Amino acid sequence: MRYSGLKVISEGLFGNRGWKPAWRDPAPKPAYDAIIIGGGGHGLATAYYLAKNHGLTNIAVLEKGYLGSGNIGRNTTIVRANYLLQGNSEFYSHSMKLWEGLSADLNFNVMHSQRGLINLFHSDGQRDAFARRGNMMISQGDDAELLDREGVRSYLPYLDFEQTRFPIYGGLLHRRGGTARHDAVAWGYARAADRRGVDLIQNCEVTGIDIAGGRVTGVQTTRGPIRAAKVGMVVAGRSGQVAAMAGLRLPIESHVLQAFVTEGLKPVIDHVISFGMGHFYISQSDKGGLVFGGDLDFYASYASRGNLPMVEHVMEAGMTLMPMIGRAKVLRSWGGIMDMTPDGSPIIDRTPVEGLFVDAGWNYGGFKAVPASGWCMAHLMATGQPHAVAARFRLDRFATGHLLDEEGTGSQHNLH
Amino acid sequence: MRIPCPLCGPRDRREFFYYGSEDYLNRPVGDDPAAWDAYLHLRDNPAGETRDLWYHEMGCASWLLVTRNTVTHAVLDARLVAAGGEGGASGGDILAKMKSGGAA
Repeated sequence: MRYSGLKVISEGLFGNRGWKPAWRDPAPKPAYDAIIIGGGGHGLATAYYLAKNHGLTNIAVLEKGYLGSGNIGRNTTIVRANYLLQGNSEFYSHSMKLWEGLSADLNFNVMHSQRGLINLFHSDGQRDAFARRGNMMISQGDDAELLDREGVRSYLPYLDFEQTRFPIYGGLLHRRGGTARHDAVAWGYARAADRRGVDLIQNCEVTGIDIAGGRVTGVQTTRGPIRAAKVGMVVAGRSGQVAAMAGLRLPIESHVLQAFVTEGLKPVIDHVISFGMGHFYISQSDKGGLVFGGDLDFYASYASRGNLPMVEHVMEAGMTLMPMIGRAKVLRSWGGIMDMTPDGSPIIDRTPVEGLFVDAGWNYGGFKAVPASGWCMAHLMATGQPHAVAARFRLDRFATGHLLDEEGTGSQHNLH
Repeated sequence: MRIPCPLCGPRDRREFFYYGSEDYLNRPVGDDPAAWDAYLHLRDNPAGETRDLWYHEMGCASWLLVTRNTVTHAVLDARLVAAGGEGGASGGDILAKMKSGGAA
Protein backbone atom coordinates (compact mmCIF):
# COMPACT_ATOMS: atom_id res chain seq x y z
CA MET A 1 0.00 0.00 0.00
CA ARG A 2 1.47 3.33 -1.03
CA TYR A 3 0.89 6.21 1.38
CA SER A 4 -0.27 9.54 -0.06
CA GLY A 5 -2.32 12.59 0.83
CA LEU A 6 -5.16 11.23 -1.29
CA LYS A 7 -5.04 7.94 0.66
CA VAL A 8 -5.25 9.77 3.99
CA ILE A 9 -8.29 11.76 2.81
CA SER A 10 -10.10 8.76 1.34
CA GLU A 11 -9.45 6.63 4.44
CA GLY A 12 -10.66 9.51 6.60
CA LEU A 13 -13.93 9.62 4.63
CA PHE A 14 -14.57 5.88 5.01
CA GLY A 15 -13.76 5.26 8.67
CA ASN A 16 -10.06 4.34 8.29
CA ARG A 17 -10.99 0.72 7.62
CA GLY A 18 -8.62 0.20 4.69
CA TRP A 19 -5.25 0.48 6.45
CA LYS A 20 -3.15 -2.68 6.41
CA PRO A 21 -0.23 -3.63 8.73
CA ALA A 22 2.90 -1.80 7.59
CA TRP A 23 4.92 -5.01 7.33
CA ARG A 24 4.41 -8.79 7.33
CA ASP A 25 5.30 -11.02 10.29
CA PRO A 26 6.88 -14.01 8.51
CA ALA A 27 8.28 -17.20 10.05
CA PRO A 28 11.98 -17.74 9.33
CA LYS A 29 12.85 -19.80 6.24
CA PRO A 30 15.57 -22.48 6.57
CA ALA A 31 18.00 -20.48 4.42
CA TYR A 32 18.60 -17.00 3.01
CA ASP A 33 21.23 -15.41 0.78
CA ALA A 34 22.10 -13.03 3.60
CA ILE A 35 21.13 -12.48 7.23
CA ILE A 36 21.33 -9.25 9.17
CA ILE A 37 21.47 -9.65 12.95
CA GLY A 38 19.73 -6.67 14.54
CA GLY A 39 16.44 -4.98 13.61
CA GLY A 40 17.33 -1.46 14.65
CA GLY A 41 17.90 1.56 12.45
CA HIS A 42 21.23 0.42 11.01
CA GLY A 43 20.10 -3.19 10.44
CA LEU A 44 16.83 -2.23 8.76
CA ALA A 45 18.60 0.36 6.59
CA THR A 46 21.17 -2.27 5.58
CA ALA A 47 18.36 -4.62 4.53
CA TYR A 48 16.57 -1.89 2.60
CA TYR A 49 19.66 -0.85 0.63
CA LEU A 50 20.68 -4.48 -0.01
CA ALA A 51 17.28 -4.90 -1.70
CA LYS A 52 17.10 -1.52 -3.38
CA ASN A 53 20.69 -0.90 -4.49
CA HIS A 54 21.94 -4.45 -4.99
CA GLY A 55 18.80 -6.46 -5.86
CA LEU A 56 19.25 -8.89 -2.94
CA THR A 57 15.76 -9.70 -1.70
CA ASN A 58 16.16 -13.23 -0.32
CA ILE A 59 17.38 -11.82 2.97
CA ALA A 60 16.21 -11.70 6.58
CA VAL A 61 16.60 -9.30 9.48
CA LEU A 62 16.67 -11.12 12.85
CA GLU A 63 15.58 -9.08 15.86
CA LYS A 64 15.56 -10.48 19.39
CA GLY A 65 12.79 -8.11 20.55
CA TYR A 66 10.52 -5.99 18.39
CA LEU A 67 11.69 -3.82 15.52
CA GLY A 68 13.32 -0.61 16.71
CA SER A 69 13.33 -1.66 20.38
CA GLY A 70 16.98 -0.73 20.93
CA ASN A 71 18.99 2.44 20.47
CA ILE A 72 16.95 3.72 17.49
CA GLY A 73 14.19 4.40 20.03
CA ARG A 74 16.59 5.58 22.72
CA ASN A 75 18.50 8.59 21.40
CA THR A 76 18.14 12.36 21.03
CA THR A 77 17.27 12.30 17.29
CA ILE A 78 19.92 14.76 16.09
CA VAL A 79 21.00 14.79 12.45
CA ARG A 80 24.15 16.70 11.46
CA ALA A 81 27.17 16.61 9.15
CA ASN A 82 29.73 18.69 11.02
CA TYR A 83 32.74 16.39 11.18
CA LEU A 84 36.33 17.50 10.85
CA LEU A 85 38.40 14.50 9.84
CA GLN A 86 38.65 13.00 6.40
CA GLY A 87 37.10 9.58 6.68
CA ASN A 88 34.30 10.89 8.88
CA SER A 89 33.30 14.04 6.99
CA GLU A 90 32.55 12.41 3.62
CA PHE A 91 30.58 9.67 5.37
CA TYR A 92 28.33 12.00 7.36
CA SER A 93 28.00 14.27 4.33
CA HIS A 94 26.70 11.27 2.36
CA SER A 95 24.34 10.47 5.24
CA MET A 96 22.97 14.03 5.24
CA LYS A 97 22.19 13.85 1.52
CA LEU A 98 20.31 10.59 2.09
CA TRP A 99 18.38 12.15 5.00
CA GLU A 100 17.29 15.01 2.75
CA GLY A 101 15.52 12.62 0.38
CA LEU A 102 14.60 9.95 2.91
CA SER A 103 10.87 10.56 3.43
CA ALA A 104 10.24 10.54 -0.34
CA ASP A 105 12.50 7.52 -0.89
CA LEU A 106 10.82 5.44 1.84
CA ASN A 107 7.30 6.79 1.19
CA PHE A 108 7.18 7.37 4.94
CA ASN A 109 7.36 10.68 6.76
CA VAL A 110 10.44 10.53 9.01
CA MET A 111 9.76 14.15 10.06
CA HIS A 112 13.27 15.26 9.13
CA SER A 113 13.44 18.87 10.31
CA GLN A 114 16.47 20.95 9.24
CA ARG A 115 15.99 23.50 11.98
CA GLY A 116 19.68 24.37 12.25
CA LEU A 117 22.29 23.33 14.78
CA ILE A 118 24.35 25.84 16.76
CA ASN A 119 27.52 24.73 18.58
CA LEU A 120 28.51 27.41 21.07
CA PHE A 121 32.12 28.38 21.78
CA HIS A 122 33.48 30.04 24.88
CA SER A 123 37.07 31.12 24.25
CA ASP A 124 39.35 32.47 21.51
CA GLY A 125 40.99 29.08 21.12
CA GLN A 126 37.66 27.35 20.75
CA ARG A 127 36.62 29.94 18.15
CA ASP A 128 39.71 29.07 16.09
CA ALA A 129 38.95 25.36 16.37
CA PHE A 130 35.33 25.92 15.29
CA ALA A 131 36.40 28.15 12.38
CA ARG A 132 38.65 25.35 11.20
CA ARG A 133 35.87 22.80 11.59
CA GLY A 134 33.51 25.09 9.65
CA ASN A 135 36.04 25.42 6.84
CA MET A 136 36.37 21.64 6.68
CA MET A 137 32.59 21.30 6.50
CA ILE A 138 32.42 23.84 3.65
CA SER A 139 35.28 22.17 1.78
CA GLN A 140 33.38 18.88 2.08
CA GLY A 141 30.42 20.59 0.34
CA ASP A 142 28.30 21.07 3.44
CA ASP A 143 27.28 24.30 5.13
CA ALA A 144 28.72 26.19 8.09
CA GLU A 145 28.57 29.81 9.31
CA LEU A 146 30.62 31.29 12.12
CA LEU A 147 28.44 33.53 14.32
CA ASP A 148 29.81 36.10 16.71
CA ARG A 149 28.14 36.75 20.05
CA GLU A 150 25.57 39.14 18.58
CA GLY A 151 24.89 36.67 15.79
CA VAL A 152 24.10 33.99 18.38
CA ARG A 153 22.01 36.48 20.36
CA SER A 154 19.86 37.19 17.30
CA TYR A 155 18.87 33.51 17.19
CA LEU A 156 19.03 32.55 20.87
CA PRO A 157 18.30 35.66 22.96
CA TYR A 158 17.37 33.57 26.01
CA LEU A 159 20.86 32.17 26.67
CA ASP A 160 22.84 33.46 29.63
CA PHE A 161 25.62 35.20 27.69
CA GLU A 162 27.38 36.61 30.74
CA GLN A 163 27.97 33.48 32.79
CA THR A 164 31.07 34.09 34.79
CA ARG A 165 32.66 30.74 34.02
CA PHE A 166 31.89 30.20 30.32
CA PRO A 167 30.75 33.45 28.67
CA ILE A 168 29.45 32.85 25.14
CA TYR A 169 31.84 34.12 22.44
CA GLY A 170 29.80 32.88 19.47
CA GLY A 171 28.68 29.74 17.70
CA LEU A 172 29.05 27.60 14.61
CA LEU A 173 25.74 27.45 12.75
CA HIS A 174 25.04 24.38 10.62
CA ARG A 175 21.74 25.21 8.91
CA ARG A 176 21.16 21.78 7.42
CA GLY A 177 21.50 20.15 10.83
CA GLY A 178 18.38 19.33 12.81
CA THR A 179 16.34 16.40 14.02
CA ALA A 180 14.15 13.55 12.77
CA ARG A 181 11.50 11.33 14.34
CA HIS A 182 13.54 8.36 15.59
CA ASP A 183 10.84 5.67 15.63
CA ALA A 184 9.62 6.73 12.19
CA VAL A 185 13.09 6.05 10.80
CA ALA A 186 12.91 2.44 12.01
CA TRP A 187 9.32 2.03 10.84
CA GLY A 188 9.99 3.67 7.47
CA TYR A 189 12.99 1.46 6.70
CA ALA A 190 11.16 -1.63 7.98
CA ARG A 191 8.13 -1.00 5.79
CA ALA A 192 10.22 -0.12 2.74
CA ALA A 193 12.42 -3.24 3.17
CA ASP A 194 9.36 -5.44 3.67
CA ARG A 195 7.78 -4.07 0.50
CA ARG A 196 10.86 -5.21 -1.40
CA GLY A 197 10.51 -8.74 -0.03
CA VAL A 198 12.86 -8.69 2.96
CA ASP A 199 11.73 -10.97 5.83
CA LEU A 200 11.69 -9.04 9.11
CA ILE A 201 11.71 -11.67 11.85
CA GLN A 202 10.97 -10.44 15.36
CA ASN A 203 11.38 -12.23 18.70
CA CYS A 204 14.19 -14.21 17.13
CA GLU A 205 17.39 -14.02 19.15
CA VAL A 206 20.62 -15.25 17.61
CA THR A 207 22.29 -17.69 20.02
CA GLY A 208 25.19 -18.88 17.90
CA ILE A 209 27.07 -18.23 14.67
CA ASP A 210 27.94 -21.32 12.62
CA ILE A 211 31.41 -21.33 11.10
CA ALA A 212 32.98 -24.12 9.01
CA GLY A 213 36.46 -23.94 7.55
CA GLY A 214 36.79 -20.26 8.37
CA ARG A 215 33.53 -19.39 6.56
CA VAL A 216 30.20 -18.44 8.07
CA THR A 217 27.45 -20.92 7.19
CA GLY A 218 24.50 -19.63 9.18
CA VAL A 219 23.18 -18.81 12.64
CA GLN A 220 21.46 -20.60 15.52
CA THR A 221 18.41 -18.77 16.83
CA THR A 222 15.64 -19.17 19.37
CA ARG A 223 13.44 -20.01 16.36
CA GLY A 224 15.77 -22.66 14.93
CA PRO A 225 18.88 -22.69 12.76
CA ILE A 226 19.01 -20.53 9.62
CA ARG A 227 21.60 -20.99 6.88
CA ALA A 228 23.23 -18.11 5.04
CA ALA A 229 26.57 -17.54 3.33
CA LYS A 230 26.63 -13.91 4.41
CA VAL A 231 25.87 -12.61 7.89
CA GLY A 232 26.03 -8.99 9.04
CA MET A 233 26.28 -8.14 12.75
CA VAL A 234 24.48 -4.81 13.30
CA VAL A 235 23.65 -4.86 16.98
CA ALA A 236 24.83 -1.55 18.48
CA GLY A 237 25.70 -1.88 22.19
CA ARG A 238 25.61 -5.69 22.08
CA SER A 239 28.35 -6.01 19.45
CA GLY A 240 30.78 -7.61 21.89
CA GLN A 241 28.42 -10.46 22.80
CA VAL A 242 27.44 -11.26 19.20
CA ALA A 243 31.04 -11.11 17.97
CA ALA A 244 32.04 -13.47 20.79
CA MET A 245 29.71 -16.10 19.22
CA ALA A 246 32.10 -16.04 16.27
CA GLY A 247 35.15 -16.21 18.53
CA LEU A 248 36.06 -12.55 17.97
CA ARG A 249 37.08 -9.84 20.41
CA LEU A 250 36.24 -6.33 19.24
CA PRO A 251 37.89 -3.02 20.11
CA ILE A 252 34.67 -2.02 21.86
CA GLU A 253 33.60 -1.27 25.42
CA SER A 254 29.90 -0.59 26.07
CA HIS A 255 29.07 2.53 28.07
CA VAL A 256 25.82 4.19 29.10
CA LEU A 257 24.72 7.61 27.83
CA GLN A 258 21.77 9.30 29.51
CA ALA A 259 19.16 11.59 28.01
CA PHE A 260 16.14 13.42 29.37
CA VAL A 261 12.81 14.81 28.21
CA THR A 262 10.54 17.35 29.91
CA GLU A 263 6.79 17.76 29.82
CA GLY A 264 5.42 19.24 26.59
CA LEU A 265 5.84 23.01 26.32
CA LYS A 266 4.85 25.58 23.72
CA PRO A 267 7.52 26.14 21.04
CA VAL A 268 10.45 27.86 22.70
CA ILE A 269 13.68 26.36 21.34
CA ASP A 270 13.81 26.49 17.54
CA HIS A 271 17.27 24.97 16.96
CA VAL A 272 19.52 22.24 18.23
CA ILE A 273 21.95 23.89 20.64
CA SER A 274 25.12 22.38 22.05
CA PHE A 275 27.11 23.77 24.97
CA GLY A 276 30.45 22.03 24.72
CA MET A 277 31.96 23.48 27.87
CA GLY A 278 29.17 22.09 30.00
CA HIS A 279 28.61 18.84 28.08
CA PHE A 280 25.01 19.70 27.32
CA TYR A 281 22.84 19.79 24.24
CA ILE A 282 19.14 20.44 23.76
CA SER A 283 16.35 20.59 21.20
CA GLN A 284 12.56 20.63 21.37
CA SER A 285 10.56 17.76 19.97
CA ASP A 286 7.52 18.31 17.74
CA LYS A 287 5.44 17.16 20.72
CA GLY A 288 6.87 20.02 22.77
CA GLY A 289 9.18 18.20 25.16
CA LEU A 290 12.66 19.57 25.68
CA VAL A 291 15.02 16.74 24.75
CA PHE A 292 18.49 17.07 26.23
CA GLY A 293 21.52 15.16 27.32
CA GLY A 294 25.14 15.36 28.26
CA ASP A 295 28.17 13.16 28.43
CA LEU A 296 28.70 9.47 29.06
CA ASP A 297 28.62 8.20 32.63
CA PHE A 298 32.16 7.01 31.78
CA TYR A 299 32.26 3.43 32.97
CA ALA A 300 31.44 0.17 31.21
CA SER A 301 27.71 -0.54 31.57
CA TYR A 302 24.80 -2.41 30.01
CA ALA A 303 22.23 -1.14 32.49
CA SER A 304 20.20 1.07 30.10
CA ARG A 305 20.14 3.58 32.92
CA GLY A 306 22.75 5.83 34.41
CA ASN A 307 23.62 7.16 37.85
CA LEU A 308 22.71 10.38 39.59
CA PRO A 309 26.05 12.24 39.39
CA MET A 310 25.66 12.64 35.62
CA VAL A 311 21.98 13.59 36.01
CA GLU A 312 23.05 16.37 38.36
CA HIS A 313 25.85 17.47 36.03
CA VAL A 314 23.52 17.69 33.01
CA MET A 315 20.91 19.68 34.95
CA GLU A 316 23.61 22.08 36.20
CA ALA A 317 24.92 22.60 32.68
CA GLY A 318 21.42 23.27 31.37
CA MET A 319 20.73 25.81 34.10
CA THR A 320 24.06 27.50 33.44
CA LEU A 321 23.32 27.90 29.75
CA MET A 322 19.61 28.74 29.79
CA PRO A 323 18.16 29.44 33.24
CA MET A 324 14.70 29.81 31.67
CA ILE A 325 14.24 26.03 31.52
CA GLY A 326 14.48 25.70 35.31
CA ARG A 327 10.70 25.52 35.78
CA ALA A 328 10.21 22.75 33.23
CA LYS A 329 9.54 19.34 34.79
CA VAL A 330 11.59 16.38 33.62
CA LEU A 331 9.19 13.62 32.60
CA ARG A 332 11.67 10.81 32.16
CA SER A 333 15.27 9.90 31.58
CA TRP A 334 16.82 6.89 29.94
CA GLY A 335 20.17 5.39 29.08
CA GLY A 336 21.33 4.00 25.77
CA ILE A 337 24.09 1.40 25.54
CA MET A 338 26.85 2.92 23.43
CA ASP A 339 29.42 0.65 21.81
CA MET A 340 32.49 2.82 22.32
CA THR A 341 35.60 2.30 20.21
CA PRO A 342 38.97 3.60 21.46
CA ASP A 343 38.99 6.51 18.95
CA GLY A 344 35.27 7.34 19.00
CA SER A 345 34.63 6.41 15.34
CA PRO A 346 32.66 3.45 13.94
CA ILE A 347 33.56 0.18 12.24
CA ILE A 348 32.03 -1.09 8.97
CA ASP A 349 34.23 -3.93 7.78
CA ARG A 350 34.80 -7.57 7.02
CA THR A 351 35.91 -9.82 9.88
CA PRO A 352 38.55 -12.56 9.88
CA VAL A 353 35.63 -15.00 9.31
CA GLU A 354 34.78 -15.19 5.60
CA GLY A 355 31.24 -13.95 4.89
CA LEU A 356 30.84 -12.37 8.35
CA PHE A 357 30.60 -8.57 8.42
CA VAL A 358 30.44 -6.08 11.27
CA ASP A 359 28.75 -2.68 11.53
CA ALA A 360 29.44 -1.43 15.06
CA GLY A 361 31.14 1.10 17.29
CA TRP A 362 28.67 3.93 16.74
CA ASN A 363 29.56 5.49 20.07
CA TYR A 364 27.01 8.25 20.75
CA GLY A 365 26.59 9.25 17.09
CA GLY A 366 24.66 6.42 15.54
CA PHE A 367 21.31 8.05 14.80
CA LYS A 368 22.43 10.53 12.15
CA ALA A 369 24.53 7.78 10.56
CA VAL A 370 21.62 5.38 9.97
CA PRO A 371 21.10 6.02 6.22
CA ALA A 372 24.79 6.02 5.23
CA SER A 373 25.61 3.14 7.57
CA GLY A 374 22.91 1.01 5.92
CA TRP A 375 24.04 2.17 2.48
CA CYS A 376 27.72 1.31 3.11
CA MET A 377 27.08 -1.93 5.01
CA ALA A 378 24.83 -3.09 2.15
CA HIS A 379 27.58 -2.21 -0.35
CA LEU A 380 30.14 -4.15 1.70
CA MET A 381 27.92 -7.23 2.11
CA ALA A 382 26.85 -7.27 -1.55
CA THR A 383 30.22 -6.58 -3.20
CA GLY A 384 32.73 -7.67 -0.55
CA GLN A 385 34.44 -4.28 -0.92
CA PRO A 386 34.13 -1.25 1.37
CA HIS A 387 32.15 1.70 0.06
CA ALA A 388 34.35 4.72 -0.74
CA VAL A 389 32.89 6.95 2.00
CA ALA A 390 33.31 4.26 4.70
CA ALA A 391 36.68 2.89 3.62
CA ARG A 392 38.46 4.17 6.73
CA PHE A 393 36.04 2.53 9.21
CA ARG A 394 38.36 -0.46 9.40
CA LEU A 395 38.33 -3.06 12.13
CA ASP A 396 42.15 -3.21 12.20
CA ARG A 397 42.84 0.53 12.36
CA PHE A 398 43.77 0.43 16.05
CA ALA A 399 46.44 -2.17 15.37
CA THR A 400 47.81 -0.25 12.37
CA GLY A 401 47.51 3.22 13.90
CA HIS A 402 45.13 4.67 11.27
CA LEU A 403 42.90 6.22 13.91
CA LEU A 404 39.89 8.48 13.35
CA ASP A 405 40.13 10.41 16.61
CA GLU A 406 37.65 13.22 15.93
CA GLU A 407 37.98 14.66 19.45
CA GLY A 408 41.75 14.38 19.52
CA THR A 409 41.71 12.86 23.00
CA GLY A 410 43.66 9.69 22.33
CA SER A 411 43.03 6.05 21.54
CA GLN A 412 41.67 4.76 24.84
CA HIS A 413 38.25 3.37 25.74
CA ASN A 414 37.55 5.68 28.68
CA LEU A 415 38.33 8.94 26.88
CA HIS A 416 35.53 9.33 24.33
CA MET B 1 26.92 3.91 42.96
CA ARG B 2 29.36 3.59 45.87
CA ILE B 3 32.71 1.86 45.75
CA PRO B 4 34.12 0.21 48.93
CA CYS B 5 37.68 1.49 49.00
CA PRO B 6 39.74 -0.86 51.22
CA LEU B 7 41.48 2.15 52.80
CA CYS B 8 38.67 4.75 52.98
CA GLY B 9 35.51 2.65 53.19
CA PRO B 10 32.47 2.99 50.92
CA ARG B 11 32.73 6.26 48.99
CA ASP B 12 30.65 8.04 46.36
CA ARG B 13 31.33 7.19 42.72
CA ARG B 14 32.24 10.84 42.09
CA GLU B 15 35.51 10.40 44.00
CA PHE B 16 36.74 7.81 41.51
CA PHE B 17 38.09 7.92 37.97
CA TYR B 18 37.28 4.92 35.77
CA TYR B 19 40.25 3.68 33.78
CA GLY B 20 39.08 0.47 32.11
CA SER B 21 39.13 -3.29 32.08
CA GLU B 22 41.54 -5.30 34.23
CA ASP B 23 43.20 -6.23 30.92
CA TYR B 24 45.38 -3.18 31.55
CA LEU B 25 47.15 -5.13 34.32
CA ASN B 26 48.41 -7.71 31.81
CA ARG B 27 51.03 -5.63 30.05
CA PRO B 28 52.68 -7.64 27.25
CA VAL B 29 56.31 -8.56 27.39
CA GLY B 30 58.14 -7.90 24.12
CA ASP B 31 56.99 -5.99 21.06
CA ASP B 32 54.49 -8.29 19.31
CA PRO B 33 52.02 -5.80 17.72
CA ALA B 34 49.08 -8.21 18.04
CA ALA B 35 49.69 -8.60 21.78
CA TRP B 36 49.82 -4.82 22.23
CA ASP B 37 46.64 -4.36 20.16
CA ALA B 38 44.86 -6.89 22.36
CA TYR B 39 46.18 -5.25 25.52
CA LEU B 40 45.24 -1.71 24.55
CA HIS B 41 42.09 -2.13 22.47
CA LEU B 42 40.38 -5.53 22.31
CA ARG B 43 37.89 -6.24 25.10
CA ASP B 44 35.62 -9.07 26.26
CA ASN B 45 33.14 -6.34 27.23
CA PRO B 46 30.98 -8.64 29.37
CA ALA B 47 27.30 -8.03 30.12
CA GLY B 48 27.37 -9.20 33.73
CA GLU B 49 30.27 -9.53 36.13
CA THR B 50 33.41 -7.64 35.20
CA ARG B 51 36.59 -6.46 36.87
CA ASP B 52 37.96 -3.05 36.10
CA LEU B 53 40.42 -0.45 37.30
CA TRP B 54 39.34 2.64 39.21
CA TYR B 55 41.56 5.35 40.65
CA HIS B 56 40.52 6.89 43.97
CA GLU B 57 41.35 10.32 42.64
CA MET B 58 39.63 12.41 45.33
CA GLY B 59 40.44 10.04 48.18
CA CYS B 60 43.53 8.04 49.04
CA ALA B 61 44.88 7.99 45.43
CA SER B 62 44.91 4.18 45.37
CA TRP B 63 44.39 2.14 42.24
CA LEU B 64 41.57 -0.33 42.83
CA LEU B 65 40.50 -3.51 41.10
CA VAL B 66 36.70 -3.35 41.33
CA THR B 67 34.38 -6.29 40.73
CA ARG B 68 31.05 -5.04 39.38
CA ASN B 69 27.98 -6.18 37.52
CA THR B 70 27.60 -4.12 34.33
CA VAL B 71 23.90 -4.94 33.99
CA THR B 72 22.75 -4.06 37.52
CA HIS B 73 25.51 -1.60 38.54
CA ALA B 74 26.01 -3.63 41.74
CA VAL B 75 29.54 -3.18 43.11
CA LEU B 76 30.65 -6.51 44.58
CA ASP B 77 34.21 -5.92 45.73
CA ALA B 78 37.20 -3.63 45.53
CA ARG B 79 40.83 -4.55 46.17
CA LEU B 80 44.08 -2.66 46.14
CA VAL B 81 46.03 -3.25 42.95
CA ALA B 82 49.20 -2.53 44.96
CA ALA B 83 48.37 -5.41 47.31
CA GLY B 84 48.25 -7.80 44.40
CA GLY B 85 44.53 -7.70 43.58
CA GLU B 86 43.36 -11.22 44.36
CA GLY B 87 45.15 -11.72 47.68
CA GLY B 88 45.06 -8.11 48.87
CA ALA B 89 42.89 -6.17 51.27
CA SER B 90 39.25 -6.26 50.23
CA GLY B 91 36.64 -3.51 50.33
CA GLY B 92 34.09 -6.32 50.10
CA ASP B 93 35.16 -7.43 53.61
CA ILE B 94 34.42 -3.92 54.87
CA LEU B 95 30.98 -4.07 53.26
CA ALA B 96 30.25 -7.45 54.85
CA LYS B 97 31.33 -6.22 58.28
CA MET B 98 29.15 -3.12 58.01
CA LYS B 99 26.14 -5.17 56.96
CA SER B 100 26.63 -7.54 59.91
CA GLY B 101 26.90 -4.61 62.32
CA GLY B 102 30.64 -4.93 62.97
CA ALA B 103 33.10 -2.03 62.88
CA ALA B 104 34.45 -1.18 59.46
